[in-house]
Amino acid sequence: MTKIVRTAATEPFKPMPDDDMIVCRCEEITKGEIRKAVYDGMSTTNEVKRWLRCGMGLCQGQTCQKNVQSIISRELGLKIPDIGQITGRSPVRPVVMEVFANDVLDVHEEA
Amino acid sequence: MVTVAAEKKKASLIIIGGGVVACATAYNLAKKGMNDIIVLEKKEIGNGGSCRNAGGVRQSARDVRELPLAMYAVSNIWPTLSDELDVDVEYVQRGNLRLGKTEAHIKTLTGITKKSTDAGLDVKMITGDEAREICPYMSDEVIGASWCPTDGHANPLHTTLGFYRKALQAGVTFISGVKVNGIRKYRGRARFVDTDDGVYEGDNILLCAGWESRAIADTVGIELPIIREFSECMVTEMEPDMFPVMLGTAESDFYGGQTKHGSFVMGGMCGMEPYVSEKDRFITNSVTAPCLSRGIIKYFPVLKDVKIIRTWSGWYDVCKDKVPIIDNISEVPGLTIAAGFCGHGFGISPATGLAVSELILDGESHTIDISGLKYDRFRAKA
Repeated sequence: MTKIVRTAATEPFKPMPDDDMIVCRCEEITKGEIRKAVYDGMSTTNEVKRWLRCGMGLCQGQTCQKNVQSIISRELGLKIPDIGQITGRSPVRPVVMEVFANDVLDVHEEA
Repeated sequence: MVTVAAEKKKASLIIIGGGVVACATAYNLAKKGMNDIIVLEKKEIGNGGSCRNAGGVRQSARDVRELPLAMYAVSNIWPTLSDELDVDVEYVQRGNLRLGKTEAHIKTLTGITKKSTDAGLDVKMITGDEAREICPYMSDEVIGASWCPTDGHANPLHTTLGFYRKALQAGVTFISGVKVNGIRKYRGRARFVDTDDGVYEGDNILLCAGWESRAIADTVGIELPIIREFSECMVTEMEPDMFPVMLGTAESDFYGGQTKHGSFVMGGMCGMEPYVSEKDRFITNSVTAPCLSRGIIKYFPVLKDVKIIRTWSGWYDVCKDKVPIIDNISEVPGLTIAAGFCGHGFGISPATGLAVSELILDGESHTIDISGLKYDRFRAKA
């Protein structure tokens, strides 16, 4: 990870005209909320995600991650690799629990 | 635009590790007027167990040595923490059910319950039907459970980052992306912290880096009996409010509950953990989520059609006797250690922050009794 020094903001938060634009559609998180999270000290894609839930919904950030990253990086003046990305995780698409649970069905039938 | 401060490498206190213990301690110290603190974090704030746990806040089934921390946190901190941190930490105190399906399970649960009641907690054994009254979606196969009404759960992400934000606002400096290699003494006191970003210097040093604390403590000759243990968690899609209780089972098939958001967060082990991962990356295994799903469906058949949307993993920092080490180190004046929380550190973290802040400022924890958590309690067989 890139070294990031975090200290308290010295100036008040500056709202922007398009702050009410929804960026994460699954969790309905706006650009303003993301900018405010960065202002509050969240300085990586994961930290903003954990604070706001953007990228934690059904699509797991597959739709919004790039936009979230570019907002964070612009606010901080850092490059995208510096702020990292959401860890890609199994399952790639939501899977019904009963289907997941059946992965040993064949073994059980033989036994 | 966030202002980036000029290079700061010297402070009254250097904290190694940026998890919930670091953030809560920094917050408590700053509240008492000591904010000349640098927190050094290898990756991101709360990237270890702090943000990977399922959020249990329980007093039941705790070792008596760490019970004072749990009782203090539940009585004095958790109920008002959302107001204090200015963020909804989603704390709910609606009880913890530990479920059993066989007579052997009931025997296990009765044993755990006795330990808790001996320690003065309100925990009791209830029948399967009584458990189903508390949580109607449960399978008829459940024949009994232990019930602790004062247990609950909270949101670990908001708690960890909430403490972080408050500490930051109070003047604490956090530096992420810096890996600590070791500690060095100067004139008999812990003083220097060697990192891949040069040397940091502090009048005091707090080491709270989870399982990785052991290698760092070793550089000043302190052996911490802590090993890491792998565990996985998963989360479902949003569901209507079904039950607010925290759940576990006698057989440890799974643990978890429903969050305020509506998703179920359930964790557990598949039994293959010691053999599947030697990597330091937080990988997940193809066999674990299916295994947890089977465990959950056995107790809650109604959840079989719910979709899993994500799995993740983390390391427990397991201490030899399953309770943490929270102490000032006599051989290394200036060094304080808080590590080895064994996977049940989140619920006590607000109280841990208070106790550690007193250890650092006053040399002892006078509000909460942590005398059972000393670093020199370990002995070889006589």
